[in-house]
Formats: sequence, structure tokens, C-alpha cells
Amino acid sequence: MTLVLEQLLNGVQLGVMLFLLAAGLTLVFGIMGVINLAHGSLYMVGAYAAALAAKLTGSFLLAIPAGLAAAALTGMAVEYLVIRHLYARDHLDQVLATFGLILFFNQSIILLFGRQPLFVQIPPFLSGAIDLGLFPYPIYRLCIIAAGLLSAVALYFLIQRTRLGMLVRAGATHREMVQALGVDIRLLYTIVFGLGALLAGFAGLMAGPLLSVQVGMGEQILIMTFVVVVIGGLGSVAGAFWGALLVGLVDTSLRAFLPQIMRGFMAGSEADALASGISAMGVYLLMALVLLIKPKGLFPGHA
Amino acid sequence: MRKFLLPTLGLALLLAWPFIAEKIGSSALITLFTRMMILGLAASALNIALGFGGLVSLGHAAFYGIGAYAIGISTTHAISGEPFLGLVSGSNLLIANVLVAMVVSGVAAAIIGALALRTSGIQFIMITLAFAQMIFFLFLALKAYGGDDGLTFRRRNVLFDLNMRDDATFFYVTLGFLLVWLGICARVLHSRFGLLLGGIRQNERRMQAIGVNTFRLKWFAFIISGMGAGLAGALMANLGRFVSPDLMHWTTSGELLIMCVLGGSGTILGPVLGAFALIGLEATLNTWTEHWQAILGPLLVLMVLAFRGGLARIGGRKP
Repeated sequence: MTLVLEQLLNGVQLGVMLFLLAAGLTLVFGIMGVINLAHGSLYMVGAYAAALAAKLTGSFLLAIPAGLAAAALTGMAVEYLVIRHLYARDHLDQVLATFGLILFFNQSIILLFGRQPLFVQIPPFLSGAIDLGLFPYPIYRLCIIAAGLLSAVALYFLIQRTRLGMLVRAGATHREMVQALGVDIRLLYTIVFGLGALLAGFAGLMAGPLLSVQVGMGEQILIMTFVVVVIGGLGSVAGAFWGALLVGLVDTSLRAFLPQIMRGFMAGSEADALASGISAMGVYLLMALVLLIKPKGLFPGHA
Repeated sequence: MRKFLLPTLGLALLLAWPFIAEKIGSSALITLFTRMMILGLAASALNIALGFGGLVSLGHAAFYGIGAYAIGISTTHAISGEPFLGLVSGSNLLIANVLVAMVVSGVAAAIIGALALRTSGIQFIMITLAFAQMIFFLFLALKAYGGDDGLTFRRRNVLFDLNMRDDATFFYVTLGFLLVWLGICARVLHSRFGLLLGGIRQNERRMQAIGVNTFRLKWFAFIISGMGAGLAGALMANLGRFVSPDLMHWTTSGELLIMCVLGGSGTILGPVLGAFALIGLEATLNTWTEHWQAILGPLLVLMVLAFRGGLARIGGRKP
């Protein structure tokens, strides 16, 4: 029982990480109509910048702003140089151009840091585990869950309660009208893209101590993020949140429990291999199912 | 007549290529061109869905990989003598294996297409990517056929009495397959089916209104497209005598898209040209620097940004 609860918490932790990425992706799609394959690269940039800052200064607290700033600035530069010209294009052009960006970012990181993965220590004040009554759970993972949920709440307030959020919502539904009212829509887009990049960088820097920081980390999580965004409904931040939790929980529980279940039917090593295959396929199967029942996702609509 | 001039010149160059490569003294160039032709065939297959049907599929690596695995699995069973699943014996005859590869990838495309075509626009891109990832992970987990190590077999499949170990012979065999495939493409696309498909790409609702079953036509286009990708995979498996899940990595799907657009999707020969251009560019950049992708990436972005209008006619214009 405690194992199940622990795995559920792990699922929530993966879920909030996916949400941080999915929120940016879905905002950018909902508002600008752009499909950005290079979103995972911004996650990678955040992770590398934070890892570098942590190595140079020895302080995790300084690594946080470094990762955030690097991701947000890279994102805004990418928007200014490339994405801005893709708004009126069809999706195929967007896919190709952002695919080119992935090649560029991955290779540049290899040039700068080499192919060896970087390892980041969990900061001492967040290491160790805390007793949750039934079982101990790592503090760092709890912090990720808290930070992710806080970001979700903050994002909700930003979009629903502030002037910027109002413009974002208005821009998503009536782009020309907002422009006609005298709002600098290009600046607004750059800011929204930067915000999405910031969230991706935040996910990246938090993932650093849990996973190894390496080239290609962006694409691994990016495809899962797409699954989240499509399940949740393109353009919907609420959909991204529930979709992320669903995908996080399904993926984690399949990986955790399927091998044991399969071992009930067949030999150990074969069961493990098959179970790992099926659990890797699980979220894609989930997405296919959702799309077949609701082709527009669970929460169709705009931000 | 001018319409035929360039293709004829290109064909003449290809026919002479093994001799030219021998003269230059670099037989590796023969294999490089074989690879270009195979990927050109794959891109041309994708183009039936993309350029003619307006279906942006980011999952064609799956059909390509399935075609390759059909060869790998059939050939290993032929060598070991054990029947596949205890039912069908393997084969090392190229024609038989190629047909199996095309049927299997066609069936996969039929299943995936039937599900994916219920969506459109971005969702279609994503669901094809998702299915391709599913198949990628399936083969990664398939320990019986090598898992992530893949399958190696010692000899290429047999075709008549040809010496298939000779790279030049295999070059001509591939060229033959490519020409037959392009001929089929031209036939199909100039038929009633091809014209209706073009109509669907331009205005699906109107085609529905005049009573065309658009779903079924798009589905057929997707299946033919998948079979072509399977054929390309089958040839690629024979070229390297090796198959691995790497073949169906999602970046392969991306590269096939690039080839189509680079050469001009919606034309018969465009994707083949695109494949030659992209692989040639990769090979050239690779001789300059190991980090050629850092150059190729921005080139790609520039290509997309610069070719406005020329590219706009492809792909569904969805909100």
C-alpha cells in the first residue's frame, strides 16, 4: 500500500514537471498557432545553464535564476529570430523550422559541453527524506511537486486576474481586434513565448539533480509533453494541467507495477523486457484512446 | 520535350554512376548514392500522403522500420530454419521479402491510418508521431529480435542469379525498384484517384459536398504511402544487412519531411531530388566538421523562412 502511495507521488512529481513544459507549449499554440518542436531545447538550455552555474558558484540557489534567465532569454531570442516569421505559415513549415532549431541546439550543446552527461547534486538543505507518516519520501521531490503546483496557481492568476492575462486571452480569440485596440501584439507574443520558455527552463533546472543533464534530454520529454498537450486539448492550460497529471500517473504506475504483474505470467527477464516496452508505449496508447473518443482532447478550447 | 530533358540526364548520370565512382576511385560513393535512392523512395512514398493528400505525417519512420524489420526477421528465420511463430518459414528471396515487407507495412498503415485520420491538423501530426513512437518502443522491447541491438544478417537477399554482394549490382537493383515505384506513383496520381486526392487537399468540404468519400480516399493514400515506406525500409535493411529500432527513430520521420519539402512536395520527382540534396549536404558537411548539424539546422530554418509561398500550397491549412 505504501509502495502504491509512493509511486503515486512520483507520478504527481512527473506530472507537474510535464505541466511546466506543457503550459508553455499549449499557450504558444493556443495564442500564436505555432507548433514548437524546439520547446524541449529550452528545457535543455535551462538544465545546462543551471548545472553550469551550480558548478561554478557551488550554490543551487544561484543556479535557479541562472537557469530561468538562460531559458527565457533563449526563448525570446528564438521567438524574435525565427518563430515570429512562422505565425502565418502552415504547420508543416513550423515543424521543419523548429526541427532545424533542435539540430542546432543539440549540436551547439555538444560543442560547448561535450557528449558526457553532467551530474548535479541535490542541494544539501533539500537532500534526505521526510517522514510522511506512512513512509519516508525525498524532500527534493516534494519540493518539485510544491513548486509545480505553485507555478500552476500563479499561472492561473496571471492568466485570469491580470491585465497581461486578459490581453493573452483576448489575443487568443480575436487577434486582429486586440491589435486594433492599440496593443503591441508582437511584444505580447514575445513575452508569452518567453514565459513558456521560462517555465520549460524551470522544469529543466529542477530535473537536473534527478536525471542526468545530457543532449537529447529535451526530445525525450518533449514527445511526452506533446502527448499531454494533445490529451488536454491544444491551447488549454487547464487541460495541460490535468493531462500532465494523468500522463505522469499512468506512465509512473505502468513502469512501477507492470513488471511485477507480468512476472506472474512469464519468466523474469522476458517479463521485464516486455513490461518495459508496454509501459513505454502506455502513454501513447492513452493518447490514441483519448483522441479516438474526443478528437479535440479532454478540454478543447483556448487558454 | 524540355520536360523530359532533366529527368533523362539524371537517369543517365545514375546509370553511369558506378563507373564514375570506380574511376574516381571511391566505391563508397556507390553506397552513398544507393542510400540516397532508398531514402528518395521513402520520401517519395511519404509525399503521396503529404504532397498529394495534404496529410502531414510525422510517423513514417514506423512504416520504414517495419519494412526493414520484415526483411530482418524473415531473413534470420530463413538462416536459422525455424518457422516464424512456428507457422511461416522465412525466406531469403528478395522479391518475396519485399512483397512481405510492403504488405506488413501496408497493414500497419491501414490500422494507424484508420485511427489517425479521424483527426486533422496538429492532432494528426501528433497522433502519427505517437503511433510511430509506440512501434519504436515495441521493437526496442522485442528481445527475441535483438531489442535495441537490432538484427544483423550476413548476406543480402537473393535476386535471380545476381551477385548481390557487389555494391554496384545492388545499386542497379535499387535503381530498378526506384524507377518502378516512381512509375507506379505517376500512374496512380494521374488517375481519377489522384485527381480526387488533389481535390481533397485543396478543399475537403467541397469534395464531400459533391459526394466523394474523402475519408476512404485519404485512407488509401495513407496505405499506399506506408507501403512505399516499407519498400524503402526493405531495401535499406538489405543495403546494410542490419536492422535496428534506430531506423524508426522519430528524427527519421522529420528528415523524410525535410526531403519532401526541400525537393518540392506535390511533384513526382521532387522528394527524390530532396533526398539527394539533403543526404549530399549531410555527407559534405560531415567531411568538414563532426558538428555538421549545427550548420544544417540553421540552413533548414533559412530554407523554410526563405521559400515562402512555394511551400504554402502543401499541408492542410488548418486554423
